[in-house]
Amino acid sequence: MADDLLVLGGRSFSSRLIMGTGGATGLEVLERALVASGTELTTVAMRRVDPSVHGSVLSVLERLGIEVLPNTAGCFTAGEAVLTARLAREALGTDLVKLEVIADERTLLPDPIELLEAAETLVDDGFTVLPYTNDDPVLARKLEEVGCAAVMPLGSPIGSGLGIRNPHNFRLIVEHARVPVILDAGAGTASDVALAMELGCAGVMLASAVTRARDPERMASAMRAGVEAGRLARLAGRIPPRYFAEASSPVEGRAVLDPERPAF
Amino acid sequence: MSSPRTSDVLVIGGGIIGLVTAWRAAQRGFGTAVVDPAPGGGAAQVAAGMLAAVTELHHGEQTLLGLNLASARRYPEFAAELTELTGHDLGYRRCGTLAVALDSDDRAHLRELHALQQQSGLESEWLSGRECRRLEPLLAPGVRGGLRVDGDHQIDPRRLTAALVAACERAGVVFHRVRAERLSVAGGRATGVVTPDGTALAAGQVVLAGGSLSGRLAGVPQDVLPPVRPVKGQVLRLTVPPRYAPFLNRTVRAVVRGSQVYLVPRENGELVVGATSEELGWDTTVTAGGVYELLRDAHELVPGITELPLTETRAGLRPGSPDNAPLLGPTELAGLLLATGHYRNGVLLTPVTGDAMAHALATGELPDEARPFTPRRFGAAALSEQPA
Repeated sequence: MADDLLVLGGRSFSSRLIMGTGGATGLEVLERALVASGTELTTVAMRRVDPSVHGSVLSVLERLGIEVLPNTAGCFTAGEAVLTARLAREALGTDLVKLEVIADERTLLPDPIELLEAAETLVDDGFTVLPYTNDDPVLARKLEEVGCAAVMPLGSPIGSGLGIRNPHNFRLIVEHARVPVILDAGAGTASDVALAMELGCAGVMLASAVTRARDPERMASAMRAGVEAGRLARLAGRIPPRYFAEASSPVEGRAVLDPERPAF
Repeated sequence: MSSPRTSDVLVIGGGIIGLVTAWRAAQRGFGTAVVDPAPGGGAAQVAAGMLAAVTELHHGEQTLLGLNLASARRYPEFAAELTELTGHDLGYRRCGTLAVALDSDDRAHLRELHALQQQSGLESEWLSGRECRRLEPLLAPGVRGGLRVDGDHQIDPRRLTAALVAACERAGVVFHRVRAERLSVAGGRATGVVTPDGTALAAGQVVLAGGSLSGRLAGVPQDVLPPVRPVKGQVLRLTVPPRYAPFLNRTVRAVVRGSQVYLVPRENGELVVGATSEELGWDTTVTAGGVYELLRDAHELVPGITELPLTETRAGLRPGSPDNAPLLGPTELAGLLLATGHYRNGVLLTPVTGDAMAHALATGELPDEARPFTPRRFGAAALSEQPA
């Protein structure tokens, strides 16, 4: 799959797994997990890390040659998110930003109105904007229209591990999007990310599922395999689901009882 | 002026009210002295310095509104005069105020205030939540609406106090850096004060401007003692680092589930967050609960404050009076005048208080705009309400 690249704002990545660092119990454990995940792009909360301080998670990423994706975690308003993104760009010299504007601390769900406004401002300001969004096809479309380089819908709330609660919306989002769709938040285990990729996501972003697993390094390997498996399955093209069995060896003269593709 | 221990006018208390009174008195040619162990202290060291005649309007306080507005109108000239005289920058900022509502209850409350402002002929504009956030993008997305009052300005009370001390010094005011132990009364007339070491400071007229302490000066006859009580306010100071500037462009305030919170941004990056209102006597401790409630409410209003350094926590005592209005001018005791009880409006009322007190010292009468604030309005009534 050397030629099957994830392209975000003109940058190409051979890994489709974007990692987060939140929840890691220590830098060593995190480093092993990042290596195992094969990630080439990892997000860091700019409000919790000072790029000028040596020895932080940013040093780990630098050592591993992983590109930093600054995020605006903890912002409740478009104004704060824009300010945080600009400070990150200044500090890290990257125009990439994972845009998060949350509505409240209890659900950590995105505030769609603030998000859209911040996205528009940042795109105008020359950022490559990757917005963390609700699994809302309309909002995803609007984010794409204002110039976001990808849309990153949540499968379920951040850190919940509840997987993709509304696969139908993901299908709608993927169907309409002309930018990469990346599952952001909600993955709990390898099958969740495989499902995301089978649904047509271009990548998966996760943190807690790995950093809070009993064995983060092994879970990172599982996630990597899950992403690759799902991607391959998507590209290979799954068989249409059927109500009744169909023998793998042909049975001559068998009637086709239901030619319509059943609802998935 | 005669000897340092004798003056025409002796002002007890060197907070902003005492200082402005002394300054204006000295300007009128009175030999003036101030007695205070630490002039330039007092509640103004804690106060935020909102000049909020319009957004602080309350039902039943229309008389006070008149005085507040009169003082607000004098502020530009007052500040310019002080700055010219002393070279001090007062941080006077005509940035206006935005009072917002975060839920439907607070919105209804603000609507009522708007109606009252309009009945009173005041300038204030109702804005939708969206319009509020266009003015102040860091306001919480939940803002339901607000009042824009461009006429409510701000000043830095610490710088104002320092300038008043300097102005007094230039005008020849003598500072006795001791506590006034008791008022001296002779022949039915106030004649000065006695300090703790027994020194007598004599004066033709005495002005009691001791803030919340005014109500407990020894030697003042019971029926003249001002009904002033301390009302504690805890106030926080945050700093807006240059990379976050301007953060807020004007004073932002709200009633959050019934409690008042305001954020006053200074041009030098200081952001004042206040204030609690507690009736706890002379207690000035800063409590975990006070700081928590202020930060909680301020965070609900402007979530981004969590990123700012918290540089100071402090509590002060407002001099509260029974009707929330000041007590100004002559009392029933000849030679004793009051300038106290300014409660939440001391900084706002500083210019008009200085003018009214100088007028009263010179003529024995209050000027028209200050007449309703004579201490005599409490005289007998206050006495009869005193518990046995």
